[in-house]
This record gives sequence, C-alpha cells and structure tokens, in this order.
Amino acid sequence: MSTPPAAIAVEGLVKTFGSTRALDGVDLEVPPGSVLGLLGPNGSGKTTLVRVLTTLSLPDAGRARVLGHDVVAEPSAVRRRIGLAGQFSAVDDHLTGFENLDMAGRLCHLDRATAARRAQELLERFGLAEAAHRVAKGYSGGMRRRLDLAASLVARPEVLFLDEPTTGLDPRSRLDLWSVIRDLVRDGTTLLLTTQYLEEADQLGDVIVVLDRGQVIARGSAPALKGQVGGDVVTARLVDPADAERALAALGPIGVATPQYDEEEREVRVPVGSAGPGALLEAVRRLDQDEVALADIALRRPSLDDVFLALTGHVASDESTDAGKSRRRRRARARAKAQP
Amino acid sequence: MSTPAGEPGIAARARWAVSDSRVLTERYLLQLVRVPTVLFFSLIQPVMFVLLFRYVFGGAIHIPGVGYAEYMLPGAIAQTAAFASFGTAIGLAYDLGRGLIDRVRSMPAARFAVLVGRLTSDTLRSLAVVIVLLGVGYAVGFRFDNGPGPALLMVLVAVVFGLAICTIAAFVGLALKDPEAVQSFGLVWLFPLTFVSGAFVPVQTMPGWLQAVARPNPVTLVVSTMRSLAYGGPIATHLWESLAWVVAILAVFGPLAVRAYRRAS
Repeated sequence: MSTPPAAIAVEGLVKTFGSTRALDGVDLEVPPGSVLGLLGPNGSGKTTLVRVLTTLSLPDAGRARVLGHDVVAEPSAVRRRIGLAGQFSAVDDHLTGFENLDMAGRLCHLDRATAARRAQELLERFGLAEAAHRVAKGYSGGMRRRLDLAASLVARPEVLFLDEPTTGLDPRSRLDLWSVIRDLVRDGTTLLLTTQYLEEADQLGDVIVVLDRGQVIARGSAPALKGQVGGDVVTARLVDPADAERALAALGPIGVATPQYDEEEREVRVPVGSAGPGALLEAVRRLDQDEVALADIALRRPSLDDVFLALTGHVASDESTDAGKSRRRRRARARAKAQP
Repeated sequence: MSTPAGEPGIAARARWAVSDSRVLTERYLLQLVRVPTVLFFSLIQPVMFVLLFRYVFGGAIHIPGVGYAEYMLPGAIAQTAAFASFGTAIGLAYDLGRGLIDRVRSMPAARFAVLVGRLTSDTLRSLAVVIVLLGVGYAVGFRFDNGPGPALLMVLVAVVFGLAICTIAAFVGLALKDPEAVQSFGLVWLFPLTFVSGAFVPVQTMPGWLQAVARPNPVTLVVSTMRSLAYGGPIATHLWESLAWVVAILAVFGPLAVRAYRRAS
C-alpha cells in the first residue's frame, strides 16, 4: 500500500506583489491529522500562504496541493474539502447565528434540511445555542469568533485553515477557542494555523514553521524550537544605559547563548535554557555584585521576538507588503465601522 | 477540452450558480429587512424629493402641455434607481473588507454568486421603491395616460436602468474597496449624472454648453423614454437610445466588475 498523500504539500511557492516577494520559495508538508503552527510577524507571508492554499490567490511559481489536489488546476476539489476562518470574523452582522451557518451550509452545497441540521448542531457544540436566533451584531468578540469558526466547519472539512484565530481576543476567549480547536484536532481534522504568538503555536501545533520575509527560517517541534531559542529568558531593565557593558559581562556566564542588549528598551536579555528561577536568582546576585542598578528584572518564556532574534539576528519586523497593509487597513476600518 | 478530475461539469456548475446566487440574494434581502431604518430612509429620501420638487420647485417650472407632477415623476424614479447603487457599492466594499467575499470564494459556491446576488437583490429593492414612488406620484397628480402595457414597460425601463447603474457601482465598490471612499465617490458622480439631465427640468432651459452634456446623458434619454411611455411622445426612438446606453454600460462595466471581483482581496 502506498502512503496517503500529505494533507498539504507545498513546493517552491513564490508570490510577488509588485517588487515584494511575499512568498519566496516556501516548502512545506503537513501530514494528515496533524497541526502545523505557522509562526511569523505581520508581513512575513503567513496570510499570503493561507490565501494561496485556500485558492483565493494564485501563486507566481511553485506548486501547492491540498489532499492531493492542485490549488491552481483543481480549485473546486480543494474548496469542497477545506474550511477557512480568516483574520477577521467573516460573520454577517445583520443575520442571526443560525442564518449565518445555514447560509454557509447551503453555499457549501448541503441540501436545505442538512444545512439547517448542521447549523443547529454547530451552534450547540460552540455554546451558541441560546444566541442562535439573535442577530450577530450583538455577539461578543469571542462569540463572533466561535460563530466564524463554526461557519468554516459546516461542510466537515478535512483540512482547516485558521488565520490568526485569536488575534484581538481577550485571554479568556482565547483559552475557550484553544479548547475548541483541540477538540477539532482530536476528531482528526488537519489544521494549519497562523499565529504571531509562540505560546499559541506551542499550545496547538505539532510542528511549528517559522516564516520570515516569505521564507521558512526554522521548522520543528515546539521543544526543539525552544531549544534553539534557548528556552526561558532573563530580562534585566537598566536604570542607566551606561551599565549595559557591565550587565552583559555579568550575565554572560549564566546564559546558554550570548546576552543581547536592546537599546530602545534598555533591556539585557539572556536565554537561560531550562535553568528557570535558579538562573534568575543567579542573575540578580551577579548584577548586584557588579552594582548594576535595575529598573526591573524578570524570567519569562521566549516570545516571538526572542525566536526571531535567535534565528535571524534581527527582531521581528512589522514590515509588510503593500497589499497586506492596505488589506489590513481596510479591514480594520470595516471592523471599526461595524462596532455599534 | 476535458475537465480535470474533481471539477464539476458545465451543467452542474450552472445549476449551482443559480442556487448559490439565490442564497446570496436572500441574504441581502434579509439584511434589508433586518435594518428597517435603512429601508425606511431609503424610501423617505426619494419620497421627500418627489414632494419637494412637486411643491417647492413645481410652481416655478412650467412645462408646456403637461403638469409638473407628471413631468417630474419619471425623473425622480430614474434618479432613485440610480441612487440605489450606493447600497451596491458600499455593501460590496463592506463585504470585501470584512472577509465575507473571501469566505464565499473559499467555499464550493459559484465564484460570482456574491455579485449576482447583490445585483439581484438591489434590482428587487429598486422595483419596490419604484412602486412606492408611483403611489406617491398618484397622490400628487401623476397619471398614466397610455394604458397598462406602456406603464409596465416604464417600470421595467426604470429598473433595468437602475441595474446598469448598480453594475457601475459594483465595479466602483470593488475597485475602491473602502466603504467611506465609495460613499464620497458616489456623491461625486451620481449628483451631476442625475441633475445635469432632463430629469427635473427641460434640457432646453440650460445654457448651450450644458445642453451638450445633458442631451446625450443616459438619464435624459431614459427619462424621456419613461415620459413617452407614461403620457405620450415618440416611444421608439427614445427606447432604442436608452437601450443602447444600458447595453453599453452593462457591456463595459459588467466585465470590469467581474475583473475587480476576481482581483479583489
């Protein structure tokens, strides 16, 4: 028996907007039933990749297949088997939760009875049954995201694309959504999820791919990636920038990698691996001994910035393509307008 | 040419295209019902125009051989049909911004169902507004003198003209993408289009240079057609000229709107 085709297979994908290479030769493979966390700052090409894979955008070079179907040659076959929830909830404010899902079902070519039954089923599953017949305008941000996610699931997609599913949500709604996403994955859905948060990619992804300026700069499991970054980070904020040299020298021996100084934040950062609180105590002791005045000192989990610093030597830049920028601006404006 | 595996055939595609467009037409009509204030004001504004023109300006404008109510009502109806295109343009720009168009395009639904559904629902809305305006018109002195056949044809001309303008607006909405920009732009072209015409006053009363613009204006031709159908005049010439305009607009802006829809993201 041959091995089943990858749920998502991408080879040498290139997409340019004017002179910007939004995707610059991306290779990816996602096995069926697994979760890929696509991590990167704004403008790194995450959304562009999702748009190509969901047939919304044509690549300039390379190939992309979803469940064995080429996204360019067989878009209908791809669309029948995927679900997409974009960065902003594509929910119709004037329709009720039920109507939103019912309509999505019919547009996925379910017959009327099935579409209605499926809508009801999903509303119950996502804790929206009570709000089912209220217009979505009055939904909270979290409810709206759940409804949007539900809409992407009406046709029971085998592969689901979630583009920054928790951006803009409060911490509690974020946790709720994570648990919903975990349930989906348990049911065997293949998931490609983009995020700007390392923690989210870590929580949900089997494999994390880091994207920067349209290129894959790292891939691996969360622990492996964290190992590359150096695990936890001790950050020491200085009172006097003149102390920077002394602080770097003092903290050098406790790190698993060379300490860095961020002038803007007046902050010395040193990756300490899994040494944890012990490393923090040691850092305090050493800085005190060398009479470095501290505004703040903390132990924290690595952030996207740390990953980028470790992988690329530069912080995650927010430079994006013009197309992405104007799209975001437009959506932000549309969203602002939608607020009651 | 063979269809790639997994791609539906022409017949199935056509059937789904109709069904998908219907679902989206329903959606837009539901939106209209859900926000009754929008519906209310979209009716109040043209009714107010009819009353203002009839009673404020009407006394000062003398049209030989016909009362001003009868003269201006076809103009007000054509203007209203054109102004309905605001809804088309703003609605599409809004859907685009909110990712609703992307959502539909990532589904098996027919690609242009959004466009077709939007234009169908806007056409139905135009029809409703035209009927309301005819009712108001009757109350202030407008009468059909040519019988029911031409009367129905007049309504049809107004609605088809409205569809043509909505097609321009669909292109504008999808090309500009920003609801506010779309709204401002709508004012810029729709006011001159409808007022520099024979909609409310005879073109002969305008200065010569303006007549040169007003005479070939599609609004002038469409309104002339409607007047001929309502109470008499040369029907055939006006009808053909209007039809030519409508066909030309659809032929140019239909493909442009489709292209903008395809490229929009």
